[in-house]
Amino acid sequence: MDQLLINSGFPILSVLTFLPLVGALLLLPLRSEEWCRRVSLGFTSLIALLSLKLLFGFDKTTAKFQFVEHKVWIDTFNINYTMGIDGISLLLILLTTLIMPFCVLASWSYIKTRVKSFMICLLIMETAMVGVFAALDFVLFYILWEAMLIPMYMLIGIWGGPRKIYASIKFFLYTLAGSILLLVAIIWLYVANDHSFFIPDMMWQHYSVTAQVCLFIAFFLAFAIKVPMFPFHTWLPAAHVEAPTAGSVILASILLKMGTYGFLRFALPITPEATVILMPYVLWLSIAGIIYGGFTALGQSDMKKLIAYSSVGHMGFVTLGIFVMNVDGIEGAILQMINHGITTGALFLCVGMIYERTHSRELLSATGIGKYMPIFITFLGFFSLSSFAFPGTNSFVGEFMILSGAFQFSTSQNQFPYLALAAIPGAVLAAAYMLRMLQKIVWGGTNNPDLAWLRDFDLNVREIVTLAPFLFFVFWIGLGPQPFLELMHTSVSELLTQFDLHQTGAVAAAGLLGN
Amino acid sequence: MDFTLLIALVIPLIGTLGVMFKGASENVREGISSVSSILLLITVGSMIPSVLSGKTLTLHMFTILPGITVTLRADAMSMIFALVASSLWTIAVFYSMGYMRGLNEHAQTRFNACFALAIFGAIGVAFSDNLFTMYLFYEIVSICTYPLVAHHQDEEGYNGGRKYIVYLTTTAKAFLLPAIILIYVLTGTLDFATNASTGIFPAGVNETLVTLLYIFCIFGFAKNGVMPFHHWLPGAMVAPTPVSALLHAVAVVKVGVFCTTRTMLYTFGTETMHALNLGIPTAYFVGFTVIAASIIALSKDNLKSRLAYSTVSQLSYIIMGVALLTDPGIQGGLIHIVNHAFSKITLFFCAGAIYVVTHKKCISEMEGLGKSMPFTFGAFAVASLSMIGAPPVAGFITKWNLLIGSVQAHQLGILLILIASTMLNAAYFVPVTYKAFFGKRPVTEPFSGIKEAPLSMLIPILIACTISVLIGIFPNFMLQFVKAVTG
Repeated sequence: MDQLLINSGFPILSVLTFLPLVGALLLLPLRSEEWCRRVSLGFTSLIALLSLKLLFGFDKTTAKFQFVEHKVWIDTFNINYTMGIDGISLLLILLTTLIMPFCVLASWSYIKTRVKSFMICLLIMETAMVGVFAALDFVLFYILWEAMLIPMYMLIGIWGGPRKIYASIKFFLYTLAGSILLLVAIIWLYVANDHSFFIPDMMWQHYSVTAQVCLFIAFFLAFAIKVPMFPFHTWLPAAHVEAPTAGSVILASILLKMGTYGFLRFALPITPEATVILMPYVLWLSIAGIIYGGFTALGQSDMKKLIAYSSVGHMGFVTLGIFVMNVDGIEGAILQMINHGITTGALFLCVGMIYERTHSRELLSATGIGKYMPIFITFLGFFSLSSFAFPGTNSFVGEFMILSGAFQFSTSQNQFPYLALAAIPGAVLAAAYMLRMLQKIVWGGTNNPDLAWLRDFDLNVREIVTLAPFLFFVFWIGLGPQPFLELMHTSVSELLTQFDLHQTGAVAAAGLLGN
Repeated sequence: MDFTLLIALVIPLIGTLGVMFKGASENVREGISSVSSILLLITVGSMIPSVLSGKTLTLHMFTILPGITVTLRADAMSMIFALVASSLWTIAVFYSMGYMRGLNEHAQTRFNACFALAIFGAIGVAFSDNLFTMYLFYEIVSICTYPLVAHHQDEEGYNGGRKYIVYLTTTAKAFLLPAIILIYVLTGTLDFATNASTGIFPAGVNETLVTLLYIFCIFGFAKNGVMPFHHWLPGAMVAPTPVSALLHAVAVVKVGVFCTTRTMLYTFGTETMHALNLGIPTAYFVGFTVIAASIIALSKDNLKSRLAYSTVSQLSYIIMGVALLTDPGIQGGLIHIVNHAFSKITLFFCAGAIYVVTHKKCISEMEGLGKSMPFTFGAFAVASLSMIGAPPVAGFITKWNLLIGSVQAHQLGILLILIASTMLNAAYFVPVTYKAFFGKRPVTEPFSGIKEAPLSMLIPILIACTISVLIGIFPNFMLQFVKAVTG
C-alpha cells in the first residue's frame, strides 16, 4: 500500500535511531569518566535537537506515515528496513529523545561505578526505543522490541539496589514471556499477508473473527505486560525500586508507553473486530488497575514503590482511554502517555535526588525536608499536583479527556455511565496518596528525623536544569494542550474511521457490541 | 479584554511572591501584605461603576479544549464576593499583624504567603467565567489553606489539617470532577450562562442525569459546609484565629457557597431547577443543616467551636435562600454572603482578641470579662445581633428577605425552620454576651491585670463591626448587585 507513504529526502529517523549507537561506540575508547558523561550528554542533546526536525517537518493534515525510509534487508524472507511515523508515534519519539539528556544529567553524580558502561547502556536503550516507535516492518520492530530488554536488564542488574538481581530477572522473564506470543502472531500475519512484514499492509484486513481473537490475545499478553495492566504488573514495582534513577525514569516515561503504543499501532488496526468483542474485559481490567494501583500506592512507605504503583493506576487510565474507542478517549490516552512520561519521570528524578542525599527511599526518613530544601519542595510540589491531575496541570487535561471519552462511551449507548464513574475512585485515591506523600515530605509529623544538615544541600544548578523543563511542560500541556492534540488529531480520526468501517455485521449481529 | 481583572488576580499573587522572597524582616513582610491588600481593594472597587451600569467584564486567558477555557468574568454576582473578599483581606491583614506578633507565632512568612495565596484563589473563584476556572481556583484554595490550618504543627494541628484536606479534596474529586466532565459531555461547554434563569442544558437532556449532576455539585463543593460533609470546618478551628476568621468564616466557606450558588443559578438556572423540581427539596435538605448545626453549637463551650457550628448553620441560609428560587429568596441568600462575612469576622476577631489577652478559649471561663474588655465584647454583642437577625444590623436584611422568599414560595416549613433557627441563634449567642457583662468573676481568677486588646486588633474589630451595622442600615449599596443577579 504505497499510497500510505510520503517520502522525504533526509533519513532523519535512521539518524535519530542510530546516532546513539555511534555515541556508544565513541565512548568505548574513552578513559575519563567525566568525558564519558560529557560525550553522552552531548550526543543525547544533539539527538534531542535533531528530533525537533520531525516536529517542524511533520504534516499534521495527513494520517499517512511520514519521513518514511525503505531499504531491502533480507530479501529471501521479504524483510525490509522500513521506518515511518504518524501522529501517534511522533510525540512518543519526541518524548524519548527529549527525556534522554535529563537521564544522563540525573546520573551525573548518582552513578559512581562503571560510568562508561552505564552510559553505553543508556545510549543503546535510546537506539532501541526510538527504533521501536519508528519501525514499520514487523521484524525490525520485534528485534528492537527485544533489544530493549538487554540494556535495561543491565541497568537494573548492575547499578540497581540491594535486590537488583531478583528485580532484573523478574523484569526480563516477564517481558520476554509476553513477547513470545507476539512472535507467533507476527509469523501468522506474515503468512496470511502474502509473505509481507510491512505493518501497514497488515492493518485493516478482513481476517476471520476467530483469527482476530487469537491475534488479539497474543498482542494483549505482550502489551498488557509491558503497560503493565493489572494483574500483569508485579514486575514493575520490583524493577522500579531497584533501578537507578535514570533506569526508573526510562522505565516509567518510555518503556511503559510501548505497551499502550502497541495497542494503538497493532491491536486496533489489525484486529478491529476482536477489539470490539474483548473491549469490555479490557475496560474493566483498566478500572481494576486504576483502583488497585491507587489503593496499593496509598499503603506504601517506599517512595519509589509508591510512584510505581501510581503508574499502574495512571496507565489504567491510558488503556481505559484507548478502549472506549472515541476521539476524546484516544487523544486523551496519547496525551496522558506523554503526561505520565513527564510527571512520573520527574517524580522519579525527585526521589533520586532525595536518595542521593539521605541514601534512603523510605518516606519516613525523608519527613520534614520541606523546611530545609525549599527549591526542591517547590518542584516536588508541582509534580505531585500534576500527578493527581490538579486542574491547570498536564495530567488534568489527559484525565479529563479520557473520562470524557468514557462518559461518551456510555451515553452513546444510552447506558448509565458506570464505567466512568467506576474510575472516579481512582482519581480520589490519586489525590490521597500524592498528598500523603507530599505532606510527609514537606511537613512530616511531630517527631521528624533531624535533617537540618540538608539546609546546605538544596538543589544545585545541574539539578534545577534537570527538573525545570519538566515543569515547563507540566504547565504548557496543562494550559495550552492544543498544539499537542493537533499533532495527533488526523491520525486518531483516521484510525477511528477505519476502525468503524472494518466492523463487519457479524460482530454486531451476534449481539457482542454491548448494547 | 478587560485587564483590570488580570490585575486584580495578580495582585495577591505578587503579594505572595513578595512575602516569600522578601519576608525575612517582619516589617517588610507585613508591609507587602498590607499594600497588596489595599491595592486589591482599590482594583476591585474600580470595577464597581462599569458592573453597576450593566456591563460584564471578561478576560480570556487560556483555551484547554474547545468549550473549556480559563476565562475571567466580573458581573454583579462576582462583585458581591470579590468586594467581600478584598475588603476583609485588608482588615484581616492588619488584625493578624497584632495577633501573630502578640502571640509570637512561628513561621510567619509561610503564614503570610499562604494567606495571600488563598485570597488569590478566592478572587479567582469570584471572577470565574466557567466551571473549569472555578474548579481550578477552588482547588488552589484547598491546597493553599492546608498550611494555614496545620500552622501549629502539633498533633492537633496535623489532625485538623488532615481532616480538612481529606474532606475537601475527596469531595471535589469524587463528586465535582465527574459532574464537570459529564456536564461537558452533555452540553459541550462549561461556560456559565449569561443570566440566572436559563442555565446551559439544552432541551431534551436526560433528566435523571441532570438531577444526579446537581446533587454532585451540591456535595462536590464541600466548602459550603452542608451536612454530612461539614466535619472539616470545626476540625479546622485549630488554626490561628486570623485564619479561622478570614478563611473559615469568610474566604474558604464563602468560596464553597459562592461556587454552589453560582452553579445553581448559572449552570443549572432557575428554569431547569423549577422544571426538575430541585429547588424546594434542596431548601429542606439544607434546612436540616441549619437546625442541626445550631443545636450542636448550643452544646459547645469552646467559643471558636461554637462559632464554627454557627458558620455551618449560617452558610446553609445562603443555599436555602437561593434554592427557594423566588426573587426575594435568592436576594436574601446572596446578600447573606456579605452580611454573614462582616458579622462573623467580627465575632472571630473578638474570640482571637480574648485569646491573645487572656488565653481563654471556653465561654464558661469568660464570665465577667466584659468589664475588662468592653469594646471587644460590645462588638461581639453587636455582631451576635446580626447573626440572630435583629435590626438594625446586617443579618436582619437577610432574614427579612428569606422570610418573604419562603412565603412567596408557599413553604411554611421553611418559614418555621427560619423562625426556629433564629431562636436557636439567640440561644447560643446571647449567653456569651450576658455572661461576659453580667456574670460573676470567679474568686480564684479576678482578671485584675486584664485590659482591652491592643489597638492593632481592636481597630479592625471595630471597623468590621461598624460595617456590619452600616450595611444593615444602608443595605441598598450591596442590594443593587444582588438585584442585578435576579434581573
